[in-house]
Amino acid sequence: MPIDLLSFVIFFPLIGALLLLLVPSKAQDTIKGVTLIVAFITMLLSFWVWAQFDEVASGMQLEVNIPWISSFGINYHLGIDGISLLLIVLTTVLTVLCVLASWWSVTHAVKGYFISMLVLTSGMIGTFCSLDLFLFYVFWEIMLIPMYFIIGLWGGPRRVYAAIKFVLFTMAGSVLMLVGILYLYFAYLGFSGERSFDLMRIMQMPIAYQAQLWLFGAFALAFAIKVPLFPFHTWLPDAHVQAPTAGSVILAGVLLKMGTYGFLRFCLPLFPQATITYLPYISVLAIIAIIYGALVSMVQRDIKSLVAFSSVSHMGFVMLGMFALNVQGLQGSILQMVNHGVSTGALFLIVGMIYERRHTRMIEDFGGLAISMPVFSTFFMIVMLSSIGLPFTNGFVGEFLILLGTFAANGWYATFAASGVILGACYMLWMYQRVIFGKITKPENEKLKDLSVRERVILIPLVVLIFWIGLYPSPFLNRIEPAVLKILEPFNKPKITQVITPDPPVMPNGQVVPGSGRNGEIK
Amino acid sequence: MTQTAWIIPFLPLLAFTMIVFFLRWKEKVASGFSIAMIVIDWVLSLIILAEALGRHGASYEAKILLTSFKTFNLELGILIDPLTAMMLVIVTTVGSCVQIYSLGYMKDDPRFSRFYAYLSLFLFSMLGLVLANNYFMIFIFWELVGLTSYLLISFWFEKKTAADAGKKAFITTRVGDLGFIVGLMLIAAYCGTFNYQGVFEKAASGTVPVGILTAAAIFIFCGAVGKSAQFPLHVWLPDAMEGPTPVSALIHAATMVAAGVYLVARSMPLFVTSADASMVVASIGLITAFIAASIGLVQNDIKRILAYSTVSQLGYMIMALGLYGYDTANGEHSAGYVAGTLHLMTHACFKGLLFLGAGSVIHAVHTNDIQEMGGLRAKQPRTAMTFMIASLAIAGIFPLSGFWSKDEIVASTAHHPLFFVLTLTIAFMTAFYMWRLCFLTFFGQPRNQHRYDHAHESPGTMTWPLVFLAALSVCAGWVALPWLEHGFSSFVYHGEPHHAEPEYLLMIVSTLVSLSGIGLAWLMYHRKAISADQVAAKFKPIYTLLYNKYYFDELYDLIIVRPIVNLGNKLWSFDANVVDGAVNGTAWLTVVWSDAKQWFDATIVDGAVNGAGWLVRQSAAGLRFLQSGTLQFYALFIAGLVAAIGLYRYFGISYTPTTTGLVTIFFLIGLIVLWYVSRSIWRRSTPAAAAEVEEHSVRVEDK
Repeated sequence: MPIDLLSFVIFFPLIGALLLLLVPSKAQDTIKGVTLIVAFITMLLSFWVWAQFDEVASGMQLEVNIPWISSFGINYHLGIDGISLLLIVLTTVLTVLCVLASWWSVTHAVKGYFISMLVLTSGMIGTFCSLDLFLFYVFWEIMLIPMYFIIGLWGGPRRVYAAIKFVLFTMAGSVLMLVGILYLYFAYLGFSGERSFDLMRIMQMPIAYQAQLWLFGAFALAFAIKVPLFPFHTWLPDAHVQAPTAGSVILAGVLLKMGTYGFLRFCLPLFPQATITYLPYISVLAIIAIIYGALVSMVQRDIKSLVAFSSVSHMGFVMLGMFALNVQGLQGSILQMVNHGVSTGALFLIVGMIYERRHTRMIEDFGGLAISMPVFSTFFMIVMLSSIGLPFTNGFVGEFLILLGTFAANGWYATFAASGVILGACYMLWMYQRVIFGKITKPENEKLKDLSVRERVILIPLVVLIFWIGLYPSPFLNRIEPAVLKILEPFNKPKITQVITPDPPVMPNGQVVPGSGRNGEIK
Repeated sequence: MTQTAWIIPFLPLLAFTMIVFFLRWKEKVASGFSIAMIVIDWVLSLIILAEALGRHGASYEAKILLTSFKTFNLELGILIDPLTAMMLVIVTTVGSCVQIYSLGYMKDDPRFSRFYAYLSLFLFSMLGLVLANNYFMIFIFWELVGLTSYLLISFWFEKKTAADAGKKAFITTRVGDLGFIVGLMLIAAYCGTFNYQGVFEKAASGTVPVGILTAAAIFIFCGAVGKSAQFPLHVWLPDAMEGPTPVSALIHAATMVAAGVYLVARSMPLFVTSADASMVVASIGLITAFIAASIGLVQNDIKRILAYSTVSQLGYMIMALGLYGYDTANGEHSAGYVAGTLHLMTHACFKGLLFLGAGSVIHAVHTNDIQEMGGLRAKQPRTAMTFMIASLAIAGIFPLSGFWSKDEIVASTAHHPLFFVLTLTIAFMTAFYMWRLCFLTFFGQPRNQHRYDHAHESPGTMTWPLVFLAALSVCAGWVALPWLEHGFSSFVYHGEPHHAEPEYLLMIVSTLVSLSGIGLAWLMYHRKAISADQVAAKFKPIYTLLYNKYYFDELYDLIIVRPIVNLGNKLWSFDANVVDGAVNGTAWLTVVWSDAKQWFDATIVDGAVNGAGWLVRQSAAGLRFLQSGTLQFYALFIAGLVAAIGLYRYFGISYTPTTTGLVTIFFLIGLIVLWYVSRSIWRRSTPAAAAEVEEHSVRVEDK
């Protein structure tokens, strides 16, 4: 049987990990080299997936559906839509950069570290491809293990606490999700008489409103912890701060997206009525997260925990846009997932770079780096501005679409959320000023080396992405549009679009008011 | 040319890109390239202006689709109408002058090329802002000019004040931009497009509720309040003077800060639908103009005086536009629109000149404090001459440019007595503080001999732009001579072209007001007929209030900055103690519960099990002596039993349950006694057995 492309992308890193087992642990350069090559090929494979993907087709693509454990109706069912596609590519790109970023910073148990990285990659890609609830759950849990080791073994001083907290927190949520999955399985058995965990089939099944409420809750808790939505966020600062640089990047860049992805893939399509019911609560929590995360960020003294709390704020935007339940909001939300992966990933990489030089992350230990590290300062500036959401950077497109969509759904939500835009500028600019501007006050900062070639190679792709998405987001937006429309199908569509563009107003004589219709012609 | 106008912003962008990637180390080439691009832009703008004049007010629009969302399009495009053409010429004119001027002013700066790169980036953004044909695009460039303003204010980032000022400017304008965003959302939601024409048609059609239009207009105006430094967000502009002086001239006097005025003028069709929104605009403009002018009366930093003057003049323009909207909404004629836009143009000329002149002075004496200057007219004749021309223009002296635009502004307040009186008061204050500045800087005796001795006239790259701008400051207003058939008011206008008859009385009154302001300054600071110190002492509370800028910075620090930082700290400790506390508390409870279970397990459950074992062992240990193999013991046992039965029989006790039980108990007691006795005997006799017993009991105690 020829191996399909998706399985190939998923399992290639795993094969690489097995290969690494054969390399003696002393041959560190070989280990790093092999990992880099494997990660790079995985990235190329994901580009191939991108090329194969048909951007206009609606529904799942590159599907594979093979019976796996047939006695329970468990299938090995893979397939992607635009949302998965973007996240898969994001994952593989970040993985390559993370391998590069770990080149010198990981010094002990190198072999185990890189094996963990590759296993993690497989788990992440698998999660984004699974269309079988059981398979999804398997990949979802598989990711935890390597991440646990990465934080717990190669992390900072409080790594064990952080790792255990991360795993227990996530497990607590996912156990309930498992119960929900089993409920769906038995419900589907009762509904159709067939045993199946297949998402596509279960989506066809009507679910009673009361049951939807409970099931949404079970799934949402698992995902909300992962996002993380206020007040389930406290594992995040610990995990981010304690994890090694690459761990933080993957954590922020990809693992957090698992939560929002889960909402999109499962909660919204499976439980539409419950979604409407829970919508105000989740939106309010998202707004709290935006403002709360920003305010707490502002007073952090450790750059890394500042970035960590800023994640809470940014992910709040993603959630808010998603629950606007209209095209702009959802597109913005999905694009913002990618943006957050790029920008926050870059921020963590940048923090890692100065940490490697100074072995401190305290803001007060820096100042005047613009003088000793001009190239670094420039990269930092670009990434910071993208995080603030300045036009022509990726952050702007995402935030703007989210606000646009949210406003159409609820003006007050958007107004409150927009204040997060100001706070975002406050904490980032303030931090930047204290780290980069001013005179050099500490002698240690005078002789800092500017970025090496390797470090520039790490940051340049992210900066390219920042401007690409910022200037020309259409390739991304086009690919997610069919998926977004599909997600919106179960919701009362006319009611939602009506708010955005009312029908062309009609004058008493029956004529349409000129200039009020769609204005889309290209001159 | 109009069809290819889109190329205009790209020339400075090209300059920026070239400098950043290729010309960073070639300072001369970098600056030359940058200047060449903006000068070409200037020529192109003039052509476009000429073409616009030829079209008699008709506008040109071209657009491309950026991205489409089924119901909604985002597009990029250009709109060229008289207002755009005018702004293009203003921006490129001042831009060219400033870039040439900077050759001299920034000569020895280590980041010379970077300065030109930033200036080019700014011009790209500003020209994009001017050319935009929709609200989405103007917002994008709006934010970008904010960024370049931030970069240029904190250009000398080693200075903490400069870095602070940059941050303050960015964040303060962002507060206004929050309103702008909300306004954009309202427009998107109710008009279904961002395109200017589309929005205005929709607004005029009456299908959108007036309340919504009012809200949208006010929210959009919030953006202008931030960018044009209007009350209550005016606090960033004076601080922005920490940037290099050419930047202050270009960005913080002539162009970027005027973007707010431009936005209001551009959105005028929206404002005329709502008298309320227009009144808000006019009032904010008036309050700003008054506050800033009054602060300007007592400041001593040459650039800050000019900054407050800028704020005040921008307030003038905003007020005029607001009054126009208000009057038009009420169906009355008003000169406000023409006044606001004309003043935008003339102000760009003379305020750009004033800043560049101030830069020339600072370049010579290395201080911003006018109390340390004096008599510089002798050392810097050209700077002094041009500076005074600009001061006359801003004071509104016939026939300089400021006279015509200020006159129009005063005329636009005709229907509003309060506005009229205050506008004249502000005109008086303006004339006074500008000439106070002139007299203190260029006339009298040097108050700091050392600085005076080292002062010198600036090089030609700096003074020629001054001369050029001085010429403009004189003539720019003549396009609006009321006797012209097709003057400014029939080119840049909103609604119907509006021909105002020359109002001689008004002209005379406003000229008298300006002259009296200059005269008072002359008396106080040149003739010294009135002592400035005595006046200050006499009006001490007012003087202190003005000197401290109405304490706005302190107030904002107290009611906004600190509470927010405090809230951040509180939330952080809330996060660590309460939210995380709940998490860790759950973990702790789990551990305590596990410990309790562990104790219960070890003590009770395991205790029961072990206890049972212990009992069995103990009884077994006892019983095994019964079959120790010692014949004597067996004999004793049998003897005891026989004796017991014998006694039993002898006393003839009947076999009742009670008696049987009693006998059995006695017998067992006897056995136990026997066991102890025999055990102790046995122990003493065999040491190995004793050890075994000892060990056994220890093990039991361990449990």
